[in-house]
Amino acid sequence: MAVIARERGVTRPRETVSSQSWRGWGGKALVYLVLIVVGALFVAPFVWMVSGSLQNIGDIFRWPPQWIPRNPSLDNYARFFKAQRIGQFFFNSAYVAVAVTFLQLLFASLAAYAFAKRQFPGRDALFLLTLGTMMIPGQVTLIPTYIILKHIPFFGGNDWLGQGGHGWLDSYWGLIIPQGASAFAIFLLRQYMRTIPNDLLDAARIDGASELRIWAQIVMPLCRPALAALGIFTFTYQWDNFYWPLVIVSSEELRTLPLGLALFVVRNRTAWDLLMAGSVVATLPVLIVFLIFQRHFVRGIAMSGLK
Amino acid sequence: MRNQSPSTLAPYHPITLRHPITRALRQMRKQWSAYLFLAPTMIVFAVFTVAAVVYAFYLSFHQWNILEPAKPFVGTDNYARLLGDERFGGAIVNTLYYTAVSVPLTMGLGLLIALLLNLQIRARGFFRTLFYLPVVTPLVIAAIIWKWLYNGDFGLLNYYLIRLGLIDEPLLWLADPNLAMPAVILTSVWKSVGFAMVVYLAGLQSIPEDYYDAAKIDGAVGWQRLKDITIPLLSSTTLFLAIISVLGAFQVFTEIFIMTNGGPLRRTTTVVYHIYQTAFKNFDMGYASAMAFGMFAMMFAFTLVQLRVMRGEVEY
Repeated sequence: MAVIARERGVTRPRETVSSQSWRGWGGKALVYLVLIVVGALFVAPFVWMVSGSLQNIGDIFRWPPQWIPRNPSLDNYARFFKAQRIGQFFFNSAYVAVAVTFLQLLFASLAAYAFAKRQFPGRDALFLLTLGTMMIPGQVTLIPTYIILKHIPFFGGNDWLGQGGHGWLDSYWGLIIPQGASAFAIFLLRQYMRTIPNDLLDAARIDGASELRIWAQIVMPLCRPALAALGIFTFTYQWDNFYWPLVIVSSEELRTLPLGLALFVVRNRTAWDLLMAGSVVATLPVLIVFLIFQRHFVRGIAMSGLK
Repeated sequence: MRNQSPSTLAPYHPITLRHPITRALRQMRKQWSAYLFLAPTMIVFAVFTVAAVVYAFYLSFHQWNILEPAKPFVGTDNYARLLGDERFGGAIVNTLYYTAVSVPLTMGLGLLIALLLNLQIRARGFFRTLFYLPVVTPLVIAAIIWKWLYNGDFGLLNYYLIRLGLIDEPLLWLADPNLAMPAVILTSVWKSVGFAMVVYLAGLQSIPEDYYDAAKIDGAVGWQRLKDITIPLLSSTTLFLAIISVLGAFQVFTEIFIMTNGGPLRRTTTVVYHIYQTAFKNFDMGYASAMAFGMFAMMFAFTLVQLRVMRGEVEY
């Protein structure tokens, strides 16, 4: 068990690598200097955003620019929450991201188990089909998916033929269900599950455990590191998702945070005080998730296609 | 023992020897739950990928406007129109420009930072987090921040460029036809360098120590070691990154939507932005589907070329 559950990912950085040519004091200093300067340039936009979010509009439009707010206040945040239905947008983003993540992990782990550990006719063909879906760019399926969603029967005022209403367009269903299956997630989990010894599963089968029970009580616990990495990836990806909500959401109360902010930019060109506050609000959740689960991020990238 | 392969069970079940179809049916009945496990995924794929692709193909041969009841079959007209469409051609040029500049810049900078972080560096984790922050920032937010940095009158960028004496008067970054695309590219590079860096770091750490030891004996140090050992051994990482990055760059949309709206003078109208406008602003979904297939063909060809070109160079 220990062997299976052992972490598969990035090993600790090696200390000896490359130490040779940089031994000199000057070389070292140069490396740090480059890293600090480039690093500062990378963080500057964030600092600028936070600083701007604490300044009133008069100070924001001051020349030269002020890095440190003269009269820091949370007023922009208060006004932003009032001007926009930000609570609703926030809820929508969280709801959709959590639901899609949950569905993808559930569906993908079931499918991955079948692909990795079951023998049945058509398995290889279905697996190839699954991999094949990764080749199709979203652009090709986007327009037909839009039309298909519009004609889902019995929803959004549609009759049983899918006519008359807007179907799953402009609904949580439309935001969530089409993204429920991910070939990438299936592939990754399948690779992970293949490392589980068959003897373990066969022993459970002899004891009379059903396949569902084996999946739930043996396979899933062993896959926890892969599931964690995948879950965090999916969540941040979904939190970031913009194109899909932009296309299918038309009513204000269904806007996600990125969509709400994007439309805000397009309409209120100069309200930078409110925008900076809104940007901080939209960035914080993913930032917190990232800082807490950093290890899983890095490991996830290592798992996702590198040897 | 249900999981045992059919061949080992066969001698005890003579019926299975009779006909392959009978055997398959038996096996399917025995393993029925496997299909149940696959069902949710397969239903979603069947509707939103397989049916969608077929439907997109159908759409691309019709004049299909969601607002008009008549949707006549037009044969290959949409594709023919595509070839002569200057706007589509312009969108392809803009997309290629974006890809050709942003991908090498992102990967080069990512490799450089990864190499630096792979040296004996204190606070490696801190720096890695720093460079990765833009990757986890929502793209919409990144675009909003940068739009403000590029602001002609009050933008930070102009302020510092003037202070450093690099320019004399403020530049209208996003309103200047020649500067808008470079400005968008800079934002994208900032956003995705961290990803390239992390992938390269993982690649660097998978290089066996022995190679460096052998190189040391041969007297290869510094630049030579980098050129002759590190970079060739990273070639499969580079190939992976190049393919992922090019496919991503071909689909650039959000930055454009927020920062430039495809302007000025359509100079930042990329293929996906153009498809979006055609399909969801003009509702010309048949023609937009033809465009999507055109783009698909382009992406496919690019990936094949990359695999071909780099296969010879990849070391496993």
